[in-house]
Amino acid sequence: MTAPIMPGTAATPQSPHAGDPRPRRLLNKRQGRAVISVVLLALPLLVYGLFMLYPLGRVLMLSFYRWDGLGVGEWVGVNNYVKTFSDDRLLGAFLHALILIIFYAVIPLAVGLVLATLLTRAQMRGLGFFRTVVFLPQVIAMVVLAIAWRRIYAPDGLLNSLLRGIGLGALTRTWLGDFSTALIAVGLIGTWVSTGLVTVLLMSGISNIPKDYYEAATLDGAGWWRRFWHITIPGVRAEILVSLTLTVIAALKTFDLVYVTTSGGPGTSTTVPSYEVYNQAFRLGSVGTASSLAVILTLVIFAINLTINLLGERD
Amino acid sequence: MRPRTTPSTSMGRTSITRRRLLIGSGALTTLGILTACAPGGGGSSTASADAVEVSTDISGLPEQTLTVWDQETRGGQNEQMERLNAAFMEKYPNITINRVSQSFDDLQTTLRLALTGDDAPDVVQANNGRNTMGQFVPAGQLISLDPWISAYGWDQSYSPAILSYSSYSEDGSVFGEGSLWGLPQVGEAVGIYYSPSRLRALGLEPPTTWEAFGKQLQTIKDAGQTPLMLGNVEKWPALHVFGPVQGAHVPAEQIRDLGFGNAGASWVTDENLAAATELQDWAKKGYFNEGFNGLDYDTVWQDFAKGTGIYLMAGSWLAPDLADVLGDDVVFMLPPASSETGRVASTGGTGLPFAITSAAKEPNAAAAYIDFITNADAMQVLADTGNVPVNDTASFATDTTSVTNDVMTAFDTLTTTGDVLPYLDYATPTFDQVLGDALQELLDGKSTPQEFLDVLEAAYTEFTGD
Repeated sequence: MTAPIMPGTAATPQSPHAGDPRPRRLLNKRQGRAVISVVLLALPLLVYGLFMLYPLGRVLMLSFYRWDGLGVGEWVGVNNYVKTFSDDRLLGAFLHALILIIFYAVIPLAVGLVLATLLTRAQMRGLGFFRTVVFLPQVIAMVVLAIAWRRIYAPDGLLNSLLRGIGLGALTRTWLGDFSTALIAVGLIGTWVSTGLVTVLLMSGISNIPKDYYEAATLDGAGWWRRFWHITIPGVRAEILVSLTLTVIAALKTFDLVYVTTSGGPGTSTTVPSYEVYNQAFRLGSVGTASSLAVILTLVIFAINLTINLLGERD
Repeated sequence: MRPRTTPSTSMGRTSITRRRLLIGSGALTTLGILTACAPGGGGSSTASADAVEVSTDISGLPEQTLTVWDQETRGGQNEQMERLNAAFMEKYPNITINRVSQSFDDLQTTLRLALTGDDAPDVVQANNGRNTMGQFVPAGQLISLDPWISAYGWDQSYSPAILSYSSYSEDGSVFGEGSLWGLPQVGEAVGIYYSPSRLRALGLEPPTTWEAFGKQLQTIKDAGQTPLMLGNVEKWPALHVFGPVQGAHVPAEQIRDLGFGNAGASWVTDENLAAATELQDWAKKGYFNEGFNGLDYDTVWQDFAKGTGIYLMAGSWLAPDLADVLGDDVVFMLPPASSETGRVASTGGTGLPFAITSAAKEPNAAAAYIDFITNADAMQVLADTGNVPVNDTASFATDTTSVTNDVMTAFDTLTTTGDVLPYLDYATPTFDQVLGDALQELLDGKSTPQEFLDVLEAAYTEFTGD
């Protein structure tokens, strides 16, 4: 900081063109501008390349190798992909992820639409408080929620006590340890988490629809359902798109919930792709298989969201 | 155990210049550079132990730091490590120990990356199985301990069965024999815990044969109690129940071949079928607590400590925690011998062995350290801090009746006159997953004992190449 800066020293006329009466520039104006833009772009490009493109490319590359993470990898071409598509366990993981979309995205959207419509119509007090409460699951770390829900689903947990309390003792079971209910139980935690987010998003969308529309429709004799279908739904299409995009991604990326509640079990009934990526790479030492799974998962997420957005933007 | 890290090796560093980024799109160029070499190509050194000149006197070595990665994080485990490290540094002031301690799960997930990194530790605690040590050895990440065996007399102090747990052939294909790659400090065994007062209340005596144990389970069930406690959401706890059941029906040699993943055995045998059938029967008859597949391990043994259930089949490592709650009212016993095999047999083995990495700067110092924490003096320190020393275990048991003493005598019996059976998940890199899933299905009644064996056989033969 203390070193004296001597302005001008760097520009002392020592250049080779010093004697030239009409100094020629190294670059013309256009070239100069290109250089400047390259210099300005270089850093962001480098950062983007290092932290986004490089890891992506590396995963893609690893997916063509059989590698245990230690020795020298062996090029196996598309073998890892063939294996993924012929392995029931890994295919099952993708199927479970698709089922989770119903719980993470479809049900919350349906519930959220109804809730949001009712809540924005009802001019009641404490609405802000309610919004906070339904949004709360979004704020708490998924691991914490998963531990809490594991207790709720336990044989002597809240859910079973409740069922016994209302005389439905015959329905009690170990929700997360039963082959027929584990995936549904995990999915419902997702529903509980997503619903708040979707509801809050839709509420803000609905409150932006001009009231006149509803008044006019009522005067024309439209019932609740027709107003909902012809005014509310089109009015919140953008919000529906956003919430579907967010929740579908969340469903496909599910990891912590499965990791903490079931470890993919019982058997393989709740494995999901992200869990398998972790399992294959870090526990089983099949980095190649894990990478191919990750690549497929990325493509699936990309494809589904592209579809949602294309469908949503169509008039 | 979160996937907080992504694989990275020392190869394939980006030498992306600005110019390169400009030519075409950056992504494609990056890919071009990336695909130029195979993963792991430039990283690992393949230092051979032959190059090491063995010396047991390390006091003359220049001042240096020895980096040790362990997972001895809990109570007495941590205490013995601190004591031994301090004593080592006092004896050898020229060597400073840099201890990096993390939980078992964290160590499992980070070790693979650490070994291939530039800054690899000198001594590490590596799990014995084929998905850890079995992959480190052929990858050249560890240095064989063979050169120091006679120098330190490890072949005298350790029983052959225990040494076989950290032995692999150089190429990693054979497990259980070959070179020695690590040394453990403590012993472990799976056994049966019970509370004498609870057993007495039912008018029962501890069983002396495996068959009598099976009959008692029914008696307890008839009395309206839970015979066996199990929390199996993590999938591996059931392995520790299946192990002793298998040991009661299948000859130990067969189980060792299966457990070490060596060719020459088969899961599809009448003996294994009998074992799988008995385990499924236990579940069908309701001997386990309700909903065991959805309950976690820790909750269930804590429930047992608080008074639920009569028997708990689990590892000796739970003894100190159970004693904390139950005091004198808890006993650890080995599964009694069955009439079929006539010998006491149970799953067990050692704590994680300490190994020297190929990145170790001074292998002699590393070997001296491993000897220091496993020699006779160290065994005393281990016993003093409530651990189960792997050598001369019985000599450390005191006269008082305690579950810690039970564990020490049990481990000694198992290693001297009984059959220590390897953890079955050692077998192949994927076997903990395969067996864990299969056991949940077997216990749930979703698969038959025969289907269960077929699944295991498929994974076993795929690996051994039979």
